[in-house]
Amino acid sequence: MSKAILYDATLCIDCKQCESACAQQNGLPYDDKVAAESVQSEHKFTVVLNNNDKYMRRLCQHCEHPACASVCPVGALHKTADGPVVYDVWKCLGCRYCMVACAFSVPKYEWGKLNPRVRKCTMCPDRLAAGKQTACAEICPVGATKFGDRDALVAEAQDRLRQNPSNYVPQIYGLKEVGGTSVLLLSSVPFQQFGLPNAERIGDTPLPEYTGRVMELMPDFIPLWALVLGGVYWVSNRRKEVAEVEAEERAMRGAK
Amino acid sequence: MTIMNIKVTFWRVVFAVIMLLGIYSTYVRYLHGLGAVSNMTDQFPWGIWIGFDCLCGVMLAAGGFCVTGAVYIFHVERLHCIVRPAILTAFLGYVLFIVGLLFDLGRPWYIWHMMVYQNFHSVMLEVGFCVMTYTTVLFLEFLPNVLERFNLQAPIRWVKKIYPVLVCLGILLSTLHQSSLGSLFLIFPEKMHPFWYTPAQPFFFFISAIICGLAMTIFESTLSARVFGRSLERSVIAELSGVLYVALWVMALLRLQDYVHRNVFMSIFKPSYEAYFLWLELILAFVIPLTMLSFKKVRTNPHLSYLAALSAILGFVTNRLNVAMTSMETWVGHHYVPKWTEVSISVMICAIGFFVFTLCAKYLPIFEDEHHAVPQYAHVGEPAGVPVSAHQPTLVH
Repeated sequence: MSKAILYDATLCIDCKQCESACAQQNGLPYDDKVAAESVQSEHKFTVVLNNNDKYMRRLCQHCEHPACASVCPVGALHKTADGPVVYDVWKCLGCRYCMVACAFSVPKYEWGKLNPRVRKCTMCPDRLAAGKQTACAEICPVGATKFGDRDALVAEAQDRLRQNPSNYVPQIYGLKEVGGTSVLLLSSVPFQQFGLPNAERIGDTPLPEYTGRVMELMPDFIPLWALVLGGVYWVSNRRKEVAEVEAEERAMRGAK
Repeated sequence: MTIMNIKVTFWRVVFAVIMLLGIYSTYVRYLHGLGAVSNMTDQFPWGIWIGFDCLCGVMLAAGGFCVTGAVYIFHVERLHCIVRPAILTAFLGYVLFIVGLLFDLGRPWYIWHMMVYQNFHSVMLEVGFCVMTYTTVLFLEFLPNVLERFNLQAPIRWVKKIYPVLVCLGILLSTLHQSSLGSLFLIFPEKMHPFWYTPAQPFFFFISAIICGLAMTIFESTLSARVFGRSLERSVIAELSGVLYVALWVMALLRLQDYVHRNVFMSIFKPSYEAYFLWLELILAFVIPLTMLSFKKVRTNPHLSYLAALSAILGFVTNRLNVAMTSMETWVGHHYVPKWTEVSISVMICAIGFFVFTLCAKYLPIFEDEHHAVPQYAHVGEPAGVPVSAHQPTLVH
């Protein structure tokens, strides 16, 4: 069963305990200075944004069909059966295609390091494997960040929208966006106010499909094109040979 | 003026300055990381090393597969005299592409991972594989030059035997990766400006590679004729210019059709940040060369077709830079301007390309008319190692 995180901005109190728990879980420094930073970065994988006392948590969306994993030439990123999109630093070449491909601009880079890594929220795969919740969900004192089975969380989010329609914009962000994500967001104000891409703009199509449509032509295209090239070569070569023989014959006839 | 037995000329000083700046930037790159040397950020993870060195480098090296294809597959024997320079340009282009990649990759020491860990859904992997294989193919196609220089007949016969296979393979690989460079830009439709996001991108990248292959062949034949004081195959240049003219029209109509089909045609004329860059691209790539080449006088005059080809090249380079950078600036919300150190590395790589080309042209039988006479290799043993600057005569013109 695929796991997911449901974040309900209307419950959030901006205590930032998820930020510090995340930092601790990933061995990152966390102090007042980091707490004041309002962007995801290579040392801050999740951030609670405050826009006129409306809150929004940003973290990796853990797409059902992650673009980052599909573009990685060496498969350094992949989606596990549990739901997390994880990163294997050993395989990584540093091409940064994942960063360009991500619709949510989540992967960040260690620009200052000589052997840089791509950094992002990994949805605590070790904790999940041990049957625990993610660090952010466990620490949340008000249940704004909730961990569970994706299907159950989707049902719960739909319930909340149904019961309190006036509290929310009528949208579960992540339900269908780019084919669905393992992080579901609820908010009382439009998501674009927090830098999340407009749902209409990113669409419901899993992003890897855009490339897949071209890539799936390859197995047919390669032998066909090779055949055409070989055929043209054979024909033009044959014409050349015939022309040579004819010229020879003409010369012989002339000699007689 | 001479310093330590090396004659000081304008172009040599330029070359030396470029190399010094480039070496300084290389030092910063490998000692302090990408952040210190470039203006790339988390918002703009790809800069000019991808946009120019990789995307444009591969496009400009396309002359190799175009010309070898025409000569060895279609048996257009008239073009035989430009095969070797075209192969040399392509080979250098691909080697320098790989050099550029070693600067750009965050962990270049793991580049071999591509051969060990593979994600076959990745366009990047396909490009990587094709480039690796095609560089090997180009090396083999280039090899006869070296073998002839040292008069090694047996391996020449061996390479000649597999030449048609090499050429076929070269075209196949080129088709794949030239178009796949365009496929790299399919997966983030939301980020790119509609001027440059099109599902036809792989196709456009392939056609523009052929056009630039032709344009580069005209450009480099004319330039090397001037630089090395060779006689120029006027009829060949005229023929290539004619093909370039037709190819540019085809591309222009395809672009127009694409814009009309996606309903962005009218917004081309509305002034905006993106529109200015699009205009620049369209004027350089289509308006100037198409206007020039429509006159027979231009097509039959190597000097003028050289200018038309140069304009087309600059236009398509602008196009790729637009695809890789301009198209995403609105989404990202800020502009990317490369740092001088970033530029200096790109310029250094180009300069090395020019330098090695002149060295090869001087010491290897690249140009066929020098074939018959015994070439002069007087400079080989000299410790200075720098040949008489090949760029020098361009000053005279």
